[in-house]
Amino acid sequence: MRHLMNPLDFSVEELDRLFDLAGRIERDPARYAHACDGKKLATCFYEPSTRTRLSFEAAMLNLGGQVLGFSDAGSSSAAKGESVSDTIRIVSCYADICAMRHPKEGAPMVAAERSSIPVINAGDGGHQHPTQTLTDLLTIHSLKGRLGGFTIGLCGDLKFGRTVHSLINALVRYPDIRFIFISPAELKVPDYITDMLTEKNIPYEEVIRLEDCMPNLDLLYMTRVQKERFFNEEDYVRLKDFYILDKAKLSAAKEDMLVLHPLPRVNEISVEVDDDPRAVYFKQAQYGVYVRMALILTLLGIED
Amino acid sequence: MLNVGKIEEGFVLDHIEAGKSLEIYHHLKLDKLDCTVAIIKNARSNKMGKKDILKVECDINTLNLDILAVIDHNITVNVIKDGKIEDKKELVLPREIHNVLRCKNPRCITSIEQELPHIFVLADEEKEIYRCKYCEEKAGNSFTW
Repeated sequence: MRHLMNPLDFSVEELDRLFDLAGRIERDPARYAHACDGKKLATCFYEPSTRTRLSFEAAMLNLGGQVLGFSDAGSSSAAKGESVSDTIRIVSCYADICAMRHPKEGAPMVAAERSSIPVINAGDGGHQHPTQTLTDLLTIHSLKGRLGGFTIGLCGDLKFGRTVHSLINALVRYPDIRFIFISPAELKVPDYITDMLTEKNIPYEEVIRLEDCMPNLDLLYMTRVQKERFFNEEDYVRLKDFYILDKAKLSAAKEDMLVLHPLPRVNEISVEVDDDPRAVYFKQAQYGVYVRMALILTLLGIED
Repeated sequence: MLNVGKIEEGFVLDHIEAGKSLEIYHHLKLDKLDCTVAIIKNARSNKMGKKDILKVECDINTLNLDILAVIDHNITVNVIKDGKIEDKKELVLPREIHNVLRCKNPRCITSIEQELPHIFVLADEEKEIYRCKYCEEKAGNSFTW
């Protein structure tokens, strides 16, 4: 039985198959509308996460399956002190597959060890959020037609951004990728990432200003610069506008560059950019549903 | 030079980094054993300059070699039978260690889940880095059991 705990749990070949299946679902959703008839997905969310939970539920409903679950720890047996190990044993009796979000790192792995049904990590604290990475990869794969041979700029909070670290680790498995890290010195990508890139001979650059690299990018992955990450208000005020993507900055970009964002956005992408064909962050949410549909089918072993 | 006599039956931990023997004594829980234990500090060593040695007169099976390997895998373990070295055990870094190190990450599931073992996995053999199986936090030097 397979689970998904980490975006690297699947080999490149397995991801290719997953993305091919997601592509077939996108082209002909009606064909899959009853693929999970009679199957149930349990969404065990120990902390609120509207988008991820709805995306999982939409994916299962699109496949003809049903969903059950809870959306915060207060409404679950965890409030009475039940362990994750016990909860998953019970949930295994009620559902065929489980998506679990938990504030404690490694909780979905504990569940997977005790479970008799496949478990998907839907986010465990600041640790992993593999379906976000799969969503990012599928978006790039679908809209660029490949997962290699490009320059990707990652912008914003590169120090604490879990999605950024996961995406970098996933992309280094593909050929001919060049990274440009765009962030203030306070939020630079951690050394262990740049050490890993150096070790693998993967080119990267670190720049302070978005404008400095815009014309070179094939992809721009935006993240939020959070005020609470700064030591003082002055630094935050000084730096925050560097990382707001607006029409003027985007005008220097290639015609076919894509702008991605894991969402939610606050103000780091100006609303005026939303109508630009290069802005694909809302499409990304749609790909999130396709990739979760493909993942559910794959983990349940349902033949295409 | 101080002389400590031979042991007949037991094991000798040799080439311990000078000053580390007491730490190892506690981690191996040798204070709980009802047998002769000799702690030799700052003995002369051709290889190391100075070294510590522990001589323990009890069955080798009471020794947790995994803990010892994690503390310092360069320590030599001599098994003594009838006053002679019968075997030399090589310490290799175990792939996985259970309930030897405690995960210090307060955000890790091990901090709240009932009776969940603390498991560390060897993530980098060259740099001797262990990471928590659940949250991937790097291991510190906090031995718990």
